[in-house]
Amino acid sequence: MQVPAPFEYERATSVDHAISLMERLGSTSRLIAGGHSLLPMMKLRLASFDYLIDINDLHDELGYIEAGPGEVRIGALTRHRELLESATLTAAFPIFADAERVIADPIVRNRGTLGGSLCQADPSEDLSAVCTALDASCVIRGPGGAERVLSMEEFHVGPYETAVGDGEILVEVRLPVRPGCGSSYEKVERRAGDWAVVSAGAAVWLDGDVISDARVGLAAVGPNTTGIPEISTALRGQTPSESLFEQAGAIAARSCEPATDQRGSADYKRHLADELTRRTLRRAVERARS
Amino acid sequence: MQVTMTVNDVEVTREIEGRLLLVHFLRDVLGLTGTHSGCDTSNCGTCVVWLDGEPVKSCTVLAAMAGGHQVRTVEGLAKGAELDPVQQGFMQCHGLQCGFCTPGMMMTARALLNRNPDPSEAEIREAISGQICRCTGYATIVRSVRWAAVHEANAAAAVTETTESPEAGEIDNAGQPAGSVA
Repeated sequence: MQVPAPFEYERATSVDHAISLMERLGSTSRLIAGGHSLLPMMKLRLASFDYLIDINDLHDELGYIEAGPGEVRIGALTRHRELLESATLTAAFPIFADAERVIADPIVRNRGTLGGSLCQADPSEDLSAVCTALDASCVIRGPGGAERVLSMEEFHVGPYETAVGDGEILVEVRLPVRPGCGSSYEKVERRAGDWAVVSAGAAVWLDGDVISDARVGLAAVGPNTTGIPEISTALRGQTPSESLFEQAGAIAARSCEPATDQRGSADYKRHLADELTRRTLRRAVERARS
Repeated sequence: MQVTMTVNDVEVTREIEGRLLLVHFLRDVLGLTGTHSGCDTSNCGTCVVWLDGEPVKSCTVLAAMAGGHQVRTVEGLAKGAELDPVQQGFMQCHGLQCGFCTPGMMMTARALLNRNPDPSEAEIREAISGQICRCTGYATIVRSVRWAAVHEANAAAAVTETTESPEAGEIDNAGQPAGSVA
């Protein structure tokens, strides 16, 4: 029987209340949302805290998907299942539904949240790759209601480490909406619900038949989700073609930093980074054209 | 700390540690041992219960988090002496093998049928994809859920007193739905 080390349980009633609790309790406190990353780590005694602050009651405040003309805004407490079932989100960014279908399993998706996934910052975590591909911004609120807006590159500091400081909370993810967008996600896993061996997310923006912008995010091939600016540079201004996708795949394979582990060898993971980059770009272009 | 929640329609209040997991609260504090505890790592799904009507893995939910919420366990599946159609289906189609995964499987199946009264085999397999049965493949579990779906459709049709019985929902003498998944 695995149980976490002892801690005091507190329940927040609003975002500001959660922030004031964290201010009072300091770095020995941690927010718990869905808990499906944090509790397993605490049960394995890889993490322990004096206080857990339950923010599930903030779902009314932080659980939403709002599509505006310039951006889609998603509250940090939006659950995986809500992301998967949102017609609005799927219409704008089908990459989300692609990824959500292969994140954990339906029962875990009933609890786990977007913000929790991003803040866990697991190198193999899928939604960071999705948000990287979509050029998402993370809105972090701190004491006094002050907000910071960070890019995904700024948000991730290292494995399991983000820019969210003590007394701060990730409240929202913003996805810029630009015309001509297509997006797609692919994951190779050993069994249903497992972490990725490698996953890739791609988004392209077409202007006529020319790629005005393209972004690829890879998971499980480095200390954090890897965005690959070199691919964006290589694709901008080009017409989509199989040889162009091959070129992007080759860049992905040589740019990533996979480690050999129980899920596969570094060489195999590079091969996957190449192949999944091609597949997701191909699909993203198809979707942008349709 | 003190926690109050509703379990199978009964309000319970207990003094607990903050770190107590919901599965242990149900099994060890309330004595509801129908909910099983298997892998401890959110993988196997034998601890599935409902939190506010949705399946959750109770080994990965704190009992404190369920405070103020509705919990339903396998003990709350039957209506008095009348078994839920899902329970009947597991009996009819040998969905219970060793029985260890059965409570969690049935809770997921009931929640699935509440949302989707006529799920395909693929939809059933997707719904239980976060749960592990170590006896066989999942054929008899899938068949049990289909049995429940057909049984409920027939019962609903009987209530509306249609003069023609729907062919797709006929149950043959062996207790198998006609055209059931093989």
